[in-house]
Amino acid sequence: MSWRSCFYFLRAAHKTLYTLQEQLGLLGRSGIRPSSTMAQTVTPILSVLPTRGLVDEKFKVALENLPPRFPVTLHSLHQSEDKDYWEAFGYYVSDDRGRVTVSQDASLGGTYTGAEPMGLLWSMRPVPGSRTGLRLRKMDVQSPMVVLISAYKGHVFEGFREQPPMASAVTERWYMAPGVQRIDIRERGVKGTIFIPQGPGPFPGVLDMWGGGGGLVEYRSALLASHGFVSLALDYLSPKVAVADDQSLVYFEKAFNIIQQHPQVIKDRVGICGLCLGASVTLNVAAYSESVSPRCCVCISGSHVLPAAKSLSYVINDGYKHMDKLLVDEQNRMVWRHAILPITTNPDEKLDMGRIKCPLLLVNGDDDQSKATVESAEDIAKMMRAAGNEHLLTTLNYHDAGHLIEPPYTPHFRASNFIIQHLQQKVLVLWGGKTKPHADAQEDSWQKILSFLREHLYPCPSSSIPQAKL
Amino acid sequence: MKTWVSNRQSTMETNLWRLLLSVQPSRGLVDEKFSVRVQNAPPAHPLTMHALLHSEDGDTWEAFGHYVTDSGGDVNVSEDPSLGGTYDGVEPMGLLWSLRPAPGSRPGLRFRKRDAQTPMQVRLSVYQGHQSEGFMDRAVLASVMVERWYMAPGVRRVNITEGGVTGTLFLPPGPGPFPGLMDLWGGGGGLVEYRPALLASHGFASLALDYLKQADVKNEYFEDAYRVLQQHPQVCKNRIGLVGLSFGSSVALKMSVYSNVIQPRCIVCVSGSHIHAAGSRLKKTRYNEENQVIWRDLLLPVPTDLSKKVDVGRLQCPLLLVVGEDDQNWPVPESADDMREMMEGAGNSHLLTVLSYPRAGHLIEPPYSPHCRAGTFMAAGSRKKFIALWGGEVAPHSRAQEDAWRKTLDFLRENLYCSAD
Repeated sequence: MSWRSCFYFLRAAHKTLYTLQEQLGLLGRSGIRPSSTMAQTVTPILSVLPTRGLVDEKFKVALENLPPRFPVTLHSLHQSEDKDYWEAFGYYVSDDRGRVTVSQDASLGGTYTGAEPMGLLWSMRPVPGSRTGLRLRKMDVQSPMVVLISAYKGHVFEGFREQPPMASAVTERWYMAPGVQRIDIRERGVKGTIFIPQGPGPFPGVLDMWGGGGGLVEYRSALLASHGFVSLALDYLSPKVAVADDQSLVYFEKAFNIIQQHPQVIKDRVGICGLCLGASVTLNVAAYSESVSPRCCVCISGSHVLPAAKSLSYVINDGYKHMDKLLVDEQNRMVWRHAILPITTNPDEKLDMGRIKCPLLLVNGDDDQSKATVESAEDIAKMMRAAGNEHLLTTLNYHDAGHLIEPPYTPHFRASNFIIQHLQQKVLVLWGGKTKPHADAQEDSWQKILSFLREHLYPCPSSSIPQAKL
Repeated sequence: MKTWVSNRQSTMETNLWRLLLSVQPSRGLVDEKFSVRVQNAPPAHPLTMHALLHSEDGDTWEAFGHYVTDSGGDVNVSEDPSLGGTYDGVEPMGLLWSLRPAPGSRPGLRFRKRDAQTPMQVRLSVYQGHQSEGFMDRAVLASVMVERWYMAPGVRRVNITEGGVTGTLFLPPGPGPFPGLMDLWGGGGGLVEYRPALLASHGFASLALDYLKQADVKNEYFEDAYRVLQQHPQVCKNRIGLVGLSFGSSVALKMSVYSNVIQPRCIVCVSGSHIHAAGSRLKKTRYNEENQVIWRDLLLPVPTDLSKKVDVGRLQCPLLLVVGEDDQNWPVPESADDMREMMEGAGNSHLLTVLSYPRAGHLIEPPYSPHCRAGTFMAAGSRKKFIALWGGEVAPHSRAQEDAWRKTLDFLRENLYCSAD
C-alpha cells in the first residue's frame, strides 16, 4: 500500500487517539496546564520500542528518571473500532537507579503479575462500566491498533481517567507489514480477501477460515502475508454467499483453486488453516476433496465429529440436534462442549481421518468450553493410528487455554457475545481459558504454526518428501 | 523486475528454493536499529543484500553488501560480516548509512527528508551471488519494504506563526509539560524539520526555526522564538535547551552568551564555531581537484581579539561540542580547541564536553542515513550554487553520527530531564 494511504490511516488513528486523550483529560490542548509542574514532580521518561510493531512482535517498555524505589503503575489503553475502551495495568517499583524495565521486572499486581514483557497487551480487558460480552477484533487491517501506554504515580487500580499520568507514549500494532497488498476477491461466486506479501514471489499460499461467527475476518490472513504467505481470508457463512446445499465442498475447492492459480503462488505449496468450524471444513476438504490436495493443514480448536461430505447448512443444522447437551451456566453463558461428547464410535457420524494424506497440525486448549477439541484430537490420533497415517499428525494441547486461540499479544475473553448465524440469535458463549495460560498458548502456538507452515510450504534447498513432525 | 522462475512451475520440477527475508522492526524510527535476516537458502551460498531508497526529489540511492550463508542457509546482517560492497565487516545498519546515489545520478546530491510526517521507504532485496551493479536489471530473490520514521506515533506537529516567528513545533505525546529545545539549522536556511521531529519522539518539545529568510536576521527574532517556546502551555519554561548545526551553532553560542532573554539550560553545538562569520574572507576559499569548495579557511586563523569571537568564558550552562576532524566546511576542530582554552582561562571549562571524531565531516546528522562528503549548497538568499566539500569518510562519519546522537540524547536528558531545579 502507498505511503499516502498509510499516512491517511495513521492520521485517522491519531484523531481517534486525540479524542481518547481529550476525553480522559490528558492533553493540555485547551491551554490549561496540568496541575503538577516539572518543578514539583519528577517526570519519568517512558519509551516503547519498536514504536510501530507487527501484532506478533514483542515490544520493550521502559521507564527512566524515577526516584529509586518508587511505586508506579504502567497502564495501557486502547479504543476499539466499536468505540469500547480496553485497558491493562501492572504495578512496579523502580530499582536503585530509578528504572523500570517491563521485560525483566516483575509486575506485583494489576491485570497481570510477574515478568511479562507483553502483559500490557494480552491482559487487556474492557474498562469498568463497559458493555458486557465484548470481544476485541480488528476488522480494518489496513490501519494499526493504537495503544496508549502511560505511567501513573503509585499503585492505582481504578480512576485512571481522573488523574493525569506522569508520562505517556503511543505505540502502533499492525497486522499488515509495509508493502503487503490487500485485494478483494469476488470471483466464481467466492467471496474473500487475498493478501500478498511484498516481493517478486512466487510464494506459498494459505486458505484461511474462521469459525461459525461468520463474516469476513481478515487479520490472521494479513499477518500470514506479512510472514511470506499469500493468504485468502474466506467468507463462507454470510447470507449472500452461495454455498450450495448438495455440493458441500465445491465452494471451498473453488477458493483453494483461486489461490493456486494466482500468478504469485507456487501451485503445489498451498495449505489450509482453519479455526473452529473453519477447522472442521479444513478436515472435510483434506479428507474428501477429489480435486484439491492441500500440502498441509492447521486446525485450531476444531473437531472431526461432523457428518462427512455433507453441505455446510446440513452440518450446522446437524450440530443443533444435540440441543439437550447444550448447557447454560449460572451466568447465562452457553457451554457447547458437551454436544459431541462422548465422541461417537459410529464412523458415519465423523470424518474418516484415515483419508488424510498431508501433514496435519492440531492446536487445542484443554479448557475449551465451546468444543471438545482435546477429546476429538485423541480420537483423530486413534483413527490415524489404525489407518497407518499417524506419522502425519502433530497435536499441540495447551493447559488452561480456551477455544479462541488467536495470534499472540491480543486479549483473552473467557466468554463473549456470539450471533448464531442460522437463527440470527445473540447469545453469550463460554469459550473458556484462563488469561495467562491462554496468552502463553497464543504466543507458543503462533510460532509453531508459522514454523509448521514454513517447513511444509516453503521449498528449501534440500526438500524432498514433506516431513510430518515439527 | 523479472521473476525468478516461471510462476506456474511446481517446485518438484525445478528444485526451486524460496528464501525468507525478514526485517524487524519493519516500521522503525530513523535512529532505531533493525535486524535483517535471510533464511531457507542453501548453505555456503553467496548472496547480495541490497537497499534502495527513492528521495522526494526522485533520485535513487542504493547500498549493498556481499554475504555467504552459514551452514543452516541463513544470513544475519547484525552478526555476519559483509565481504564487500558499499560497506564491509559486521555492520547491522550498513545498508542504510552506506546508501549513495545510484550510478548515473546528478552530482552533488544530499539526502534530506523534507516531509517529516511520512516515513523514508527503503526497499531491501536479496540477489543471487555477489553483485555490484546492474541491480535494476537483475532478478530479485526476495524483497521487503521497510519504513523509517522521524516521528513516533502520537508526536504532534504544530505550525508556529505567532509574534513574527516562523517555525514548526513538535510535541511529544502525553500530558507534559516537557523540556523544550530550539533547533537551529545551518546556513542553507529554510525550515528543516526532521531533527526536531526525532527529538520530540524522544520526549522534547522541539521548535524548528526558520531564521534565514532575510540576510539580516535580528537578535530579537531568536528572543521572540525562545519566548514562544517558553510560554507554550506544554513546555517547562525553565528547562529549555538549544541545539544547533553549523551556522545554527554559532547563533546558539552567541545568543546564550549575550542575550538576557535566552538562558538555556544546556547547548549542543554540532559542527559549529564561536568565530564571528562577519570576519570571514572570501578570498580564502579553496577548491579541491574536483572543484568542490572548501570554506574552512575563511574563519582562520582563530582570532585572539575577543570582539571577533563569542566570549564563551561567560557561558553559564553545559555545552556539548560535536566535532568532525575532517570538517572541510568550517574550522570546527580549531574552534573547539580555542573554546576549551578560553573556558579554561575563564574557569568554566567544567561545563564543556567535546566529542571529536576522526575522519568525520561537517554534516553530523541523526544516524543511519546517508553520508554526503560533498554536495550542492546554496546559501539562503543567494541563487548561486556550489558543490561544497563537507568532508568525512563514509564509515567513520556514520559511526560518528551514531555515537554523537546517542550522547547528544543522553546529554539533553541529563540536563533537561534529570537535573534538579
